[in-house]
Amino acid sequence: MSDSLLTEVTVSINGATVSVAPGTTILEAAAIAGVEIPTLCWASNLTPANACRLCVVEMEESRTLVPACSRACEQGAVIHTESERIAVNRKMVLEFLDTTNDLTQSPELQELITRYEADSSRYTEPSKMQDDIKIEDDLFVRAYDRCVLCYKCVDACGDDAQFTFAISMAGRGFDTRVSTEFETPLPESACVYCGNCVGVCPTNALQFKKEFDLREAGQWQPEHQTTTETICSYCGVGCTLELHTQDNEIYKVTSPADHSVTAGHLCIKGRFGWQYVQPPTRRLSTPNISS
Amino acid sequence: MSDLKYTNSDPDSHERDAIDAFVIDPPVRHEGERWVVSGLDRTHDSRHLLLPGLHLLQNLKGWISPGGLNYLAETLQIPAAEAYGVASFYDLFQLEEPEEGPLHHVCVDPVCAMGGSASYIQELRSNGDRVHESPCLGQCERPPGIFVQIKGDSNQDLTATTNIEPQFNSSSSNRLLRRFGTNEPVNLNSYKEHGGYQALGTAIELGGARVIEMLVESGLTGRGGAAFPTGIKWQSVADHLSAPKYVVANADESEPGTFKDRMILENDPFALIEAMTIAGLSTGCEKGWIYIRGEYATAAQRLSEAIAEAYSAQLLGNRIQGTSLTFDLEIRQGAGAYICGEETSLFNSIEGFRGEPRSKPPYPTDKGLFGRPTIVNNPETFLNVIEILNNGVDYYQSAGTPASPGTKLFCLSGDIARPGLYEAGFGIRLRELLSDAGGVDGDLQAILLGGAAGCFVGPEQLDLPLTFEDTKANDLTLGSGAVMVFSTKVNVPDVLGRLAEFFRNESCGQCVPCRIGTVRQHEVLLQIGADKANKDQLSLLHDIDTVMTDASICGLGQTAASAVRSAITLGLLGETRS
Repeated sequence: MSDSLLTEVTVSINGATVSVAPGTTILEAAAIAGVEIPTLCWASNLTPANACRLCVVEMEESRTLVPACSRACEQGAVIHTESERIAVNRKMVLEFLDTTNDLTQSPELQELITRYEADSSRYTEPSKMQDDIKIEDDLFVRAYDRCVLCYKCVDACGDDAQFTFAISMAGRGFDTRVSTEFETPLPESACVYCGNCVGVCPTNALQFKKEFDLREAGQWQPEHQTTTETICSYCGVGCTLELHTQDNEIYKVTSPADHSVTAGHLCIKGRFGWQYVQPPTRRLSTPNISS
Repeated sequence: MSDLKYTNSDPDSHERDAIDAFVIDPPVRHEGERWVVSGLDRTHDSRHLLLPGLHLLQNLKGWISPGGLNYLAETLQIPAAEAYGVASFYDLFQLEEPEEGPLHHVCVDPVCAMGGSASYIQELRSNGDRVHESPCLGQCERPPGIFVQIKGDSNQDLTATTNIEPQFNSSSSNRLLRRFGTNEPVNLNSYKEHGGYQALGTAIELGGARVIEMLVESGLTGRGGAAFPTGIKWQSVADHLSAPKYVVANADESEPGTFKDRMILENDPFALIEAMTIAGLSTGCEKGWIYIRGEYATAAQRLSEAIAEAYSAQLLGNRIQGTSLTFDLEIRQGAGAYICGEETSLFNSIEGFRGEPRSKPPYPTDKGLFGRPTIVNNPETFLNVIEILNNGVDYYQSAGTPASPGTKLFCLSGDIARPGLYEAGFGIRLRELLSDAGGVDGDLQAILLGGAAGCFVGPEQLDLPLTFEDTKANDLTLGSGAVMVFSTKVNVPDVLGRLAEFFRNESCGQCVPCRIGTVRQHEVLLQIGADKANKDQLSLLHDIDTVMTDASICGLGQTAASAVRSAITLGLLGETRS
């Protein structure tokens, strides 16, 4: 029977049998089986870009490895998610990224680099992704030397969330960059400052200006940071906000990717319109009674 | 107006007029209505006009200005950033105002480097001409390959500028090349006098089902490199009943050392048109697209003239040859990107997106061009269809071997007495092929079989029969039929460095293994240079090879280490890995 007529497909993942709905990706099926597969360019609230190739797994009878994030389970497929072959591939992807980008602000990648024993020291003078940091406004900065070209920001700006299309991949090969048309500064571009690109960036290449300033000033103190959940006060949609604060001052606002209202995406007001709760214009906490 | 926002850069009057004249049917724009056409609807009617529109702007002013790009993008309702992303993907589009004068693209890939490209470039530069050091231009039989972009005028390749006779083996046993040199390429009557359009009549008489059956029986496989059975491909598309469906000819020939498709298009354009018409009528596709690489100026010119002639003779369009069948044909020119020869990149390129490959599955026969079932074949494959219909399956199989029936076009270049296009039955030995071409010029060091994505073979392998099964059994590939001959005068590490640089420049940049792996491979080869490679360098090359081959999205990355690997095995680069 053709796979398209099945109501359920059954696959084997690391020896365990899993039955899933047709169209379920290997990554999703693995999660059901309790198997974790590392990802970088994948996000639950975006269409898989399948660009980083960190999630590659072995599927028996496939000549090459297959990307777990985007490959749908095929009836009877036998899948292995950990092997010597897979480990070498993941290690190489991590070495490639580590020799190309500044990954110091990507703790998840640092952990994977250790786990897969990626060794960047064996490369002599590797070309790097170099770009001057772009500070064009008070809301967020773009530091593309940290950009791994995962497509997340482009997709969030485009047809996965915002439909603004202010940025695109531009150029080709190693010179590919995320860019507006003719590198037009963001304030003059189509950008609407929803900050959804910042929200999905996995390497801090895009970061809030407030966070950037704290780091630049040497005042970045993770041990002084907390996250508080609240509801956006601007309109009636009711987006859940996560206020990331350091010493009671907001440095970043996000929304949970699995939230039913936002799917992790916000608008400019929820994302950046929080200055009124901060000093020096702290909002009123008691009624103003005129004498 | 749409809610797409554009910057304030305005076009000049020439750009505005040219685009207004080109986009005769712009997408409707309603006041106040939300029109987001780019992302939501990838099959939007007019986005495919982006690539030809960019060619128009480039040709008009010698570069694509911010105002011109804005106006084209707004007319087609494409976000400006996406249009810029597409324009900046291609080598033939300049996005900064250049100096005056034509831009000379001169091939610097191995065969043309041996054929004197460096001194030619020096000569041009000393004359004050603008030069771009180009990847292979598909003119390897007459190096160095040249292509000139001229503002406001037709671009020119070597065929246009020199009048050199086509170089091929003229033989009475030729099948695919049977009309070469005897017909007038863009004269329909001449084509008919040489047996043209008989196959179409036969196909109409037999019906699509029988045509496909004959292809399956013949054992014809794709000649673009992957050798997929053509009949099965056509059957899969015929099985999809809903329209629209498409036939695509992949003439984006860019594999270094390969020039057969250019010679087919320059010398026998009607054969491709006829074969594509047969494909359309046999499988229920009413529209065909020919994607031809941007540097093939003469081929594109002749092809478009031939298409116009076919239309006026009712061999294209509605009611073909008095039947109720329809088949339309459109040309798209690439703009300098090797990756667009990958079939799914080619679809994206036609559709007006960046030429980045898609994940497979789904395969083109299910979701190809514009997301519809699509036949995509190489011109050489299409020409074989005509042979099979005109002469039958038995005749077709009388050449070649049981597992590789028929004939194959080989592109011989490099240190060989008579470089050119050679047709031979599958199974011919390398030694015979070299001797047909007058023998090696000097002492043979190695042959690069299948182009940059192919493998080196040494003098001890000259008895290799050139078939799919024999090359596969020896971990080799016929690829596109490129046979690049290197004598002992050639410095192989230099050749390897250039091949690695080729992949580095041509990677689309989408996936990490290829985007960065091609760069790291090139860097290691440069560090090795003429020295013996040390163990660490060989081990690093091996690991880079592994991840590119195993984890890249498409064939470009998966074969980018192939030539280097084979050179190491043959001991052409330092000590071999034990």
